[in-house]
Amino acid sequence: MKEKDMKRQEKAPAKVQSPKPSGEENRLFSAKNLKLLSRPFGADNPVTVQVLGICSALAVTVKLQPALVMAVSVIVVTGFSNLIISLLRNTIPPRIRIIVQLTVIATLVILVDQVLKAVAYDVSKQLSVFVGLIITNCIVMGRLEAFAMANKPWPAFLDGIGNGAGYGFILIVVAFLRELFGSGTLLGFKVIPESFYQAGYVNNGLFILPPMALIVLGVIIWVHRSFNPNLIEK
Amino acid sequence: MENLFSLFVRSIFVDNMVFAYFLGMCSYLAISKNVKTAFGLGLAVIFVMLITVPVNFLINKYLLVKGGLSWLSPSLSEVDLSFLSFIMFIAVIAAIVQLVEMVVERYSPALYSSLGIFLPLIAVNCAIMGASLFMQEREYSSLAESTTFALGSGIGWCLAIVGIAAIREKLKYSQVPAPLKGLGIAFIITGLMGVSFMCFLGIEL
Repeated sequence: MKEKDMKRQEKAPAKVQSPKPSGEENRLFSAKNLKLLSRPFGADNPVTVQVLGICSALAVTVKLQPALVMAVSVIVVTGFSNLIISLLRNTIPPRIRIIVQLTVIATLVILVDQVLKAVAYDVSKQLSVFVGLIITNCIVMGRLEAFAMANKPWPAFLDGIGNGAGYGFILIVVAFLRELFGSGTLLGFKVIPESFYQAGYVNNGLFILPPMALIVLGVIIWVHRSFNPNLIEK
Repeated sequence: MENLFSLFVRSIFVDNMVFAYFLGMCSYLAISKNVKTAFGLGLAVIFVMLITVPVNFLINKYLLVKGGLSWLSPSLSEVDLSFLSFIMFIAVIAAIVQLVEMVVERYSPALYSSLGIFLPLIAVNCAIMGASLFMQEREYSSLAESTTFALGSGIGWCLAIVGIAAIREKLKYSQVPAPLKGLGIAFIITGLMGVSFMCFLGIEL
């Protein structure tokens, strides 16, 4: 039985389009579907490899809390827009697909924005225009074009969640470093003990300033690529 | 007038779209391999921004904000449509980009062939959408103010992309560690350019 399963998985990537109603295909969390969730964290990360969605990524990473909220918002928007577009994919005329996609995304973003304003007003003020900018975040459009238009709803939903999470992961790493070194806190709690400051430790003010986000991200890409040599640009 | 000039300078240097808010980074990184195309894209962004921001300003002021509809009839003065602003702005931007593309193609084929490929890309450039959202967020009060802001932001963005394109052209001849090549070093250079732009921070006009 196990061998049979393994064989099917090997075959799986080749037949993305031809759905055979086998048990493996229909299981919600088959290995193939789980791969859609996990790939964006490593070899297929939307920010460091596909170079999508950097626009709104960096401005919200001064503190960990707005970065977390932003990550969750993007996950919601990518997941559900992928799901909706995938459900509609056979009825959308190809000529006007971009405007249909934009409408779906904009509607979801408005929902997220209204929820944030109602539930977490302070954070929503901190994020200011960047919630609205999820609309023009290339990750959302990119995944819709590249995946949701050609795949069934459930894998598309997982792909959206996975890519949103891959983006959120980078966001949180950058925010973690910036808040830790820039303010000496994490989520607003003091992490670096008082004795360090008395011994002469000083918070690095550069980490709070915008340019440091870019440099931190550059270093993350450096580290990521030295572990994945096949990603190195010629 | 003085106020407008200071807003203009601020939006180019201090509140630079790329270095202070990271807007339009996707096309900034993708199309900055040589100076000529970068400059073409920069011009297209200035152009589109200069049209979309004032139009969105009028829409925001006369349709979306609370009481904005009162010019239509006094009974509508309680209507608050501001939750529709995202969808409205993106629709205006997409429509105007399409329109500009058609007009330019009809009347100036030379400009069209040089900008051609970039124009559709601009619809999803976050700098454009960002400019409209900042215009709303900061509550610019007059058409002149929002137009000046749009012009300044566009020029700032253009300056940034031309700058990095020039540096990346020279970078071809230098030895960068292999994993840092391309994207990584572009980020770090942008960061350093941002640091240098920060020297404008303290300037009061």
